[in-house]
Amino acid sequence: MAEAHKPPQDFTLRLRRYNPESGDAPYWDEHTIQLEPHRSVLEGILQAKARFDGSIGIRCSCRAAICGSCGVRINGQPGLACQTHLDKALASSRDGAIEVEPMGNMPVIKDLIVDMDAVHWKKVQRVTPWLINKQPVPEREYLVPRESMIDVTQTMACIQCGACVSDCLSMEVDPLFIGPAALSKAYRFVGDPRDAEQFERLKDLAEDPHGIYDCTHCFKCIDACPKGVAPMSQIMRLRRRAGDDHGISDRNNGHRHEKAFTSLVRDNGLLWEAELLPRSYGGDSFFGKFAPPAALELVDSLPVITKALVRRKVTPMGALKPHKIPKEDLRQVKRIYDTVEGRDERIELNLYVSGYDEDAEPGYAAPDDAMASAGGPEGSEE
Amino acid sequence: MPAHDVLIIGAGLAGQRAATAAADAGATVALLSKVHPVRSHSVAAAGGINAAINPADDWRSHAFDTVKGSDYLGDQDAIEIMCAEAPAEVMHLEHIGVTFHRNDKGELDLRPFGGASFNRTAYVADITGQALLHVLYEQILKYTEKVDRFEEWFVTSLILDDEGQCVGAVARDVRSGRMETFAAKNVILASGGSGQCYKPTTNALICTGDGMAQAYRVGAPLMDMEMVQYHPTTLLENGFLITEGARGEGAYLLNADGERFMEKYAPNKMELASRDVVSRAEQTEINEGRGVGDDGAGIYLDITVVPRKRTLEALREIVNIGKDFAGVDITREPILIRPGQHYIMGGVKTDINGATSIPGLYAAGEVACVSVHGGNRLGANSLLDTLIFGRRSGEHAAARAAVMPMPHVNDDALRSDSDMISEIIGRDRAGRRVSEIKEELGTEMNRNVAVFRDEAGLRHAHEVVRRLKEEAQSAYIDDRGTVFNQDVLGAIELGYMLDVAEATVIAAIERKESRGAQFRTDYPERNDDEWLKHIDISRNGDDTPDVFYSPVTITQWQPEERKY
Repeated sequence: MAEAHKPPQDFTLRLRRYNPESGDAPYWDEHTIQLEPHRSVLEGILQAKARFDGSIGIRCSCRAAICGSCGVRINGQPGLACQTHLDKALASSRDGAIEVEPMGNMPVIKDLIVDMDAVHWKKVQRVTPWLINKQPVPEREYLVPRESMIDVTQTMACIQCGACVSDCLSMEVDPLFIGPAALSKAYRFVGDPRDAEQFERLKDLAEDPHGIYDCTHCFKCIDACPKGVAPMSQIMRLRRRAGDDHGISDRNNGHRHEKAFTSLVRDNGLLWEAELLPRSYGGDSFFGKFAPPAALELVDSLPVITKALVRRKVTPMGALKPHKIPKEDLRQVKRIYDTVEGRDERIELNLYVSGYDEDAEPGYAAPDDAMASAGGPEGSEE
Repeated sequence: MPAHDVLIIGAGLAGQRAATAAADAGATVALLSKVHPVRSHSVAAAGGINAAINPADDWRSHAFDTVKGSDYLGDQDAIEIMCAEAPAEVMHLEHIGVTFHRNDKGELDLRPFGGASFNRTAYVADITGQALLHVLYEQILKYTEKVDRFEEWFVTSLILDDEGQCVGAVARDVRSGRMETFAAKNVILASGGSGQCYKPTTNALICTGDGMAQAYRVGAPLMDMEMVQYHPTTLLENGFLITEGARGEGAYLLNADGERFMEKYAPNKMELASRDVVSRAEQTEINEGRGVGDDGAGIYLDITVVPRKRTLEALREIVNIGKDFAGVDITREPILIRPGQHYIMGGVKTDINGATSIPGLYAAGEVACVSVHGGNRLGANSLLDTLIFGRRSGEHAAARAAVMPMPHVNDDALRSDSDMISEIIGRDRAGRRVSEIKEELGTEMNRNVAVFRDEAGLRHAHEVVRRLKEEAQSAYIDDRGTVFNQDVLGAIELGYMLDVAEATVIAAIERKESRGAQFRTDYPERNDDEWLKHIDISRNGDDTPDVFYSPVTITQWQPEERKY
């Protein structure tokens, strides 16, 4: 049963305030609110707004983590104010006050309200965010595999709250990066069997220097997402679809770079850094470095290589040989590769597919039995 | 001054559907909303959308279920249109990209739902409203050239010309505080319901009855306002919605004795009877001491009888809600629920094309009353209502626009609305806080205008609402700024809510019988002889509103006793 709820207690909220009309810099504003510990940070803010200061700015609507309005940073972590409990927020606070700030990577309009149009929605528009129908459009529904719709439901679960955008490290470095939310949106079409232009979409996103290969796998968006969309996983799926399924060899060299990475680890157990660049550009084998594109790229990278040598991050001899790991460990690594690559089909993790079967439990009446599936208006029996 | 053939206020499902329909018909369109469109409350609809898609089903069966669900107060001509057009509308949604779940043959899967005699609810897990809303917004982005978007604009009033035609609206850009007059040949209200008149409610904070009050203030009557739906399964803790899809998938309702008490109230349909029936049953169990939880104020919803894999796949959102907001794993243990305010069947009175009594003013979705829901709405009929009548309004308004010139609109209304806002911002701190009044309103409505009602309680509610209207005149706010001044918008919303709440209370006092969601303990029987009619409420200045009646349209189904 639900744990017995604790009585109301005091919480200190420290809100990041900014009034664009005042000419003053942003500042911190503290309020003490009283609520049960399992109530949300949003409820706390709304109490402060109702009782003490109606001018506190925060977008909010549903209070139930479905409308995506109240994306903020709480003690530095992005998320929804309505979904974060006060007691949990208190536990992660530095000094006993729950700090609430606007999301990052987007300009602040007022207090906790950021300009999502200027960043987030612009990027969504970038990925041609509508279905391009496979022709001919059937009279009734498209017949598609049951699993395919459950599969894209994970990206449909995105509520466009911007939490992933807020903390995307790549976007911090490259503001033009299409980013986790918009790329998840892109997967929703690439994974949809009714879309006619999957190849074109993938080619476009692979070729764009700010596209799918601009992600650095930092996992921040997966941590940030309040709905389990796992944007980075969707980006990786776009890469697998582009590189493996459609053989798109992009001009960013993203796919070849990834291939070189995996084969070097497979063969050596660890990454062989000096081989990575030539293989990414010249082809995924020992002879990659002799290919003209690799030579060009090596020349281009000379300053970086020189710096690394000067700073003794690598030695010339070390660079020529791969790192060594014990033989048994190397066998283990290979076994992992054999298992994963030996599968008939790629297994993708998906929130909506729990991945295991459970027998119907006793006492369960299947819906079809619970209701007569045909019959007149009164036609239904237990 | 922006000028469009069709100005749509509200960008949930009804508004967005109206926008694409009007644009497809060649009209210039403005789509205006006080929040970003994907924040609209349509996003919260969980369970699905009804349509007689299965070849073995028949739209007439859907229509009869709807008529019966409405307790015969629904207008049958409108219900026939909605149900007959439903399959094509759902196919349209499928074609524009809604990721409806499939059966093993790859066709749309259909789940059972309350009050339905056939499995006819198409769904996307339990985020159907979200999936629909986001896919429609994809289309709105595709229509960027054809539909002008005004996102985060708040409407302060509708504009009528000297002949009484609606010719536009005044709105405030929330972000900058700038006021603007929008000229339009037609205005479509699609701004949703008024659930915030109640506390608690499943409705979002934005559901403050804006459109109902705006139309009412310019003379359009409100209809069926006494019909307020209490959803049978809202979280005991905070009133959040637990989708009817849970019971559709087979979940049980249990009282303190562990009894499936619906056997007593609806032996055939059990948990899947109409919402009014189930909510009353639950409230009866609670009132008679068989409730569970602290103070016995709740009922168990037992989802553990649904296979866990199916729950994780098809009821993902309520797994999250249970975890996040009640600390319960619904796949392992029952969850505490109670009936909670969810939907208002009433609204701005319209015909089957969404037209109100004011030329040039349309309404569609929860803000409107066609009336397809009558005394009680069936689950998964609201998404359908928004789309069918959103589309019809858009098409009809576009056709009307094609044969008329752009009206000339002056800035009189803008000036008076600007003054009104300055007056609110300038109030001294003598009266009550806006938030206090809102709180008192919600509590009173939930106490006396709820599942069970009687004359004394309703009279009390009426007095409270009248007093709160007085107090709202001098209620003060804190924010003196222009950028994102949510405080001043809250004060205007409070005015809208009080108008709507008053209409609800007066209609509930007026209807001296029990039908659908209106159950009067002092008049416990349905009385077709006297009350098989709609109650319409019209504004009468600052005095108590006028009440009059309009007939219920009956085509093929004569009223009969309602049993589930």
